[in-house]
Amino acid sequence: MALTREQLAQRVAQEFQDGYYINLGIGIPTLAANYIPAGVEVMLQSENGLLGMGPFPLDEEVDADLINAGKQTVTMARGASLFSSAESFAMIRGGHVDLTVLGAFEVDCKGNIASYMIPGKLIKGMGGAMDLVAGADNIIVTMTHASKHGESKLLSECTLPLTGKGCIKRVLTDLALLDIEDGSFILRERAPGVSIEEIVNLTAGKLVVPDEVPEMTFAAGQPGGN
Amino acid sequence: MGRTSPASNNIQHRIQGAKMSGFDKVVGSYEEALAGLEDNMTVIAGGFGLCGIPENLIKEIRRKGTRGLTVVSNNCGTDKYGLGILLVDKQIKKMVASYVGENAMFESQMMSGELEVELTPQGTLAEKMRAGGAGIPAFYTATGYGTPVGEGKEVREFNGRQYILEEAIQGDFSIAKAWKADRYGNLVFRKTARNFNPMAVTAGRIAVVEVEEIVEVGSLDPDEIHLPGIYVNRLIQGTFEKNIEQRTVRSA
Repeated sequence: MALTREQLAQRVAQEFQDGYYINLGIGIPTLAANYIPAGVEVMLQSENGLLGMGPFPLDEEVDADLINAGKQTVTMARGASLFSSAESFAMIRGGHVDLTVLGAFEVDCKGNIASYMIPGKLIKGMGGAMDLVAGADNIIVTMTHASKHGESKLLSECTLPLTGKGCIKRVLTDLALLDIEDGSFILRERAPGVSIEEIVNLTAGKLVVPDEVPEMTFAAGQPGGN
Repeated sequence: MGRTSPASNNIQHRIQGAKMSGFDKVVGSYEEALAGLEDNMTVIAGGFGLCGIPENLIKEIRRKGTRGLTVVSNNCGTDKYGLGILLVDKQIKKMVASYVGENAMFESQMMSGELEVELTPQGTLAEKMRAGGAGIPAFYTATGYGTPVGEGKEVREFNGRQYILEEAIQGDFSIAKAWKADRYGNLVFRKTARNFNPMAVTAGRIAVVEVEEIVEVGSLDPDEIHLPGIYVNRLIQGTFEKNIEQRTVRSA
């Protein structure tokens, strides 16, 4: 079975380590904040100028001056700090953020990512995505493995305008967790019940399948847990 | 290139009368705040989405009817609020922004070619403003290398990595919003409404700032001032709608 959005978020959160400063993109990456493992303390960076983002506010706490990069009202966690956009991107470009998680339309086996524009169709802009992929060493891309029509989004060469070149080393899809090394996707884990054959068939870029490819595991009581 | 603008200061002195300190930046009306803004100028605006936008200064540009503007701002508001209201009468010729979604009028004017758009990565945009205000004509960044943003730009390698040369931005005017100021234009921002505002202020030849409260000089702790008044040319107190784009809440 392909992973649900919640399971994707939960698998992302398994990568969180105690003391990490993390930037989460809009969508599934943001959901990962709901599954921070027990005993792990992370601080979420929102590129509009907040380090230490808290949950959504209670109705009476809503403050128009306190939003996240998705323009949603939020709160501040204990130990939060506030700063300008220039300071925020100094953090990002200076490599001070430990982990960046963001979505994409396509990635390829050279580590290229396309996530911000579909010419003629969707031209909204890159926001902070280009800075995030250029500035972070540790990036996880979350995406569906293939389109609704079964076309692979893990390619040998991205077809859409690039957000970043040669900067992606890890991809989590609804079917698999893959690393990108030396011009190949390396299959690291598969979603529970998804066969290697299915992943091979839906991966257009060069794919290396190690002898052992374990299924992802989810903690009991969580989505996908036993 | 100079930060000071004697012309605007003279205007202020006339407005304020002879008794005011030369450091007093307060003007009496929004009309005075944007005096001298003319067609085809470049305006740098602070704000992120609808958070921390100089909403009354934008409304004054709408009222003035200034046209052919190049506007530099992270976003272009929504159909109803913020910089989006300058699209109604097609006052913006060119928009430099990192993200322009959620605005149907923007999209239609962009698609029809009436509105020129230069998409700029958010961090590059912030740094272009910062550099513009700090006398740095250009800087190298890895952001955008190998993407459409890097096309036609100088590439240089440092320590084995490729960087592109990005040029600073300066505006004829900058418009920004802060929380509090003293009459000398020392600014304090509030929460994430700070965003692009400090850099926007520094990058404008005439920097106009609107605030929620103007306090007496000396009442702000110098340590709490986020941006010194040296960058500010005109200051005005306004009332703000503070619209929220996405009101997200949790239940107790």
